[in-house]
Amino acid sequence: MTRGAGGTGSRRSDTGPGRREEGAERRRGGDPDGDPVRHPMDVDALLDDPATRVIVCCGSGGVGKTTTAAALGLRAAERGRRAVVLTIDPARRLAQSMGLAELDNTPREVPGVDPAAGGRLDAMMLDMKRTFDEVIELHAAPEKAAQILANPFYQALSSSFAGTQEYMAMEKLGQLRAMADAGPSTSTGTGTGTGASMTPGTSTGAWDLIVVDTPPSRSALDFLDAPKRLGSFLDGRLIKLLSMPARAGQKAYLKVVSAAVTGTTTALSKVVGGQTLREVQAFVAALDTVFGGFRQRAERTYELLQAPGTAFLVVAAPEPDALREASYFVERLAADRMPLAGLVLNRVEVTPVEGLSAERALVAAEELDEAGGHELTAGLLRVHADRTRRRERERTLTAGFTHAHPEIPLVRVAARAEDVHDLPGLRAVGADLAKS
Amino acid sequence: MPGRHDSDWDGVRLHVVTGKGGTGKTTIAAALAVALATGGHRVLLAEVEGRAGIAPLFGVPLAPHAEGHVAVAPGGGEVLALSVEPEAALLEYLELFYRLGRAGRALERLGAIDFVTTVAPGLRDVLLIGKVYEAVRRRVDGRRVYDAVVLDAPPTGRITRFLNVNREVAGLARVGPIHHHASSIMQLLRSPETAVHLVTVLEEMPVQETVDGVGELRAAGLPVGGVVVNLVRDPVLAAAELDAAADGLLDREAVAAGLETAGLGGRRVEDAGLPARVRVQTLADGLLVEAAEHGVRLRLGDRQFRRVEELGRPTYQVPALPCGIDLGALYELAERLRDQGLA
Repeated sequence: MTRGAGGTGSRRSDTGPGRREEGAERRRGGDPDGDPVRHPMDVDALLDDPATRVIVCCGSGGVGKTTTAAALGLRAAERGRRAVVLTIDPARRLAQSMGLAELDNTPREVPGVDPAAGGRLDAMMLDMKRTFDEVIELHAAPEKAAQILANPFYQALSSSFAGTQEYMAMEKLGQLRAMADAGPSTSTGTGTGTGASMTPGTSTGAWDLIVVDTPPSRSALDFLDAPKRLGSFLDGRLIKLLSMPARAGQKAYLKVVSAAVTGTTTALSKVVGGQTLREVQAFVAALDTVFGGFRQRAERTYELLQAPGTAFLVVAAPEPDALREASYFVERLAADRMPLAGLVLNRVEVTPVEGLSAERALVAAEELDEAGGHELTAGLLRVHADRTRRRERERTLTAGFTHAHPEIPLVRVAARAEDVHDLPGLRAVGADLAKS
Repeated sequence: MPGRHDSDWDGVRLHVVTGKGGTGKTTIAAALAVALATGGHRVLLAEVEGRAGIAPLFGVPLAPHAEGHVAVAPGGGEVLALSVEPEAALLEYLELFYRLGRAGRALERLGAIDFVTTVAPGLRDVLLIGKVYEAVRRRVDGRRVYDAVVLDAPPTGRITRFLNVNREVAGLARVGPIHHHASSIMQLLRSPETAVHLVTVLEEMPVQETVDGVGELRAAGLPVGGVVVNLVRDPVLAAAELDAAADGLLDREAVAAGLETAGLGGRRVEDAGLPARVRVQTLADGLLVEAAEHGVRLRLGDRQFRRVEELGRPTYQVPALPCGIDLGALYELAERLRDQGLA
């Protein structure tokens, strides 16, 4: 991973006069870091465009997705959009800064947003169990819903198993979008059948922009796969097999199902235990009525993601793992024909001292050590050298991504000494995002 | 051959490594595996998130769901790596425990394998941990195949739920082989043979997650191991200077004088028209800004380090390596972890 000093990309190997041209190129690029960006992303144009209805921030864990989503929502609101931010698992202080004291699935207005441009910002945290319960309550007859909600298998699935978050995040996005389309005064009868049951006295609808933060999935795009998986599962024979004994009598069941399948049920029963299998079967049978609606909505959400009003932002940090994941995201989004708006490169090392290489700073520091009497300056030069080295390393790593995906618009956000946990901090991140 | 080495974790056979995204959890897991293998041991490094993060660290290809050699360790040790695939793990599991060769394939045709590994999300975790459990317990001719297993586990925010999934399963399947198997896994995970180490960096959010994670692990009765503080910055400056830098109280004139002595500050083409004195001052101001940010970062880092210490767990520190992580860096980190007693 080591590399020489100087140039910003591997395409430039000379260090002589080329550096000057590079300087000129940097200034033209207008990047805070001075690094050339071939395709700077125009974040404000994206936020201001009324056709932009959904922005999805995705990326691996720890790259600042939630902060980016919140900063975009705030900036959009202060530029006149009526925005709602759906966060999945925000850090406590960031949530507090947005007025989100509890995880209660309810969009609330964020206090302290500048209303001068006519916009507003709502925010909510996903409560996956509540979302799941709501789907069941909405689609199943009351006594059936009660049956499902009481099933131990359902309770485990809806509250403690990883992965449910992805399904529910997409479900919530679909709900928010339906509410946004329905507008503030309508709570019934748009024919979409996706209205969420909302607590009275909270914000409902009237949003023209939804910003979504995605769960830190183990497999990067689990949330994209959710509808398809659900679909293939529901079309599969397993579900029919599982739901059959409860649906029909045991006798009819035996008549319909072949001996091989019965063998499989016996095998299943052997593996999970008879009682458990009966509980699973009861659960699947009870869910049967809900599934159709569930799957339709999952498919609609998937189509919504592909629609022109949606923009995906891939968030990454200039680290090998995060950039590798970002490449994977970009390729996956393209394969699924999802509209990618660009890459947000977060926590980028920048320096106010241009034109002093790490090597030169270190040589100067050594000379000062020898001369004596300038320990402070020597120390500062070493601090600069460390920082410059980090920046060079980041640039090499980033170049790997940009060379593989030269057409993808890019915006850099400078690293901050402190975590962002208030509106001024989010505003500053928003300004950085719009700088390119 | 080095003499007997003192580790804080003698008797631990399963090292679970977690950490918030971006803290370098995979790197630390890999370095720990090398450290544990040092002195002639055989160690398995397993990843379960399908991210294929191990292979690039060692610079070797790794076939899915196969245990392959990735590195040697000083003193004749060996590290093998495994990227656990839930589908393969399920078929293996059915074969191993129930001899369901044919029925297993029938299940596959029915979409049951898909169901278990993707649609029913928690079951995937059961399989992933099950495979790791199997590797820890595996014996050939009465001898353990691995002296230790290092698990590059899901991130801190999810680790307790991940490790506890078998408790959930044991509760759902109240009798039968699954219940029995899930109970045995929980027994290992809660025993002194397991330690869950947390990797963090000295920033607010990762440390908060570490504090929360330790609390959750303790509440679940899972054995909390050590805290590895990764990417520790070299202070470069003396403590008094760092403080003054953070407060913006460094002597600008002294810095400028030093720069002049070193002959710096006069070479930038676009500044050529400016007097040398101004150019040196500009450079000095830039360096002071950098020093101030450096001082603030380290001060915040110190505060976070005190929070880590308050957890009362053994703490290990590893530096940020300026050139990133390559194989050489991995061995260097392994040595540091060993010197401090994590292995």
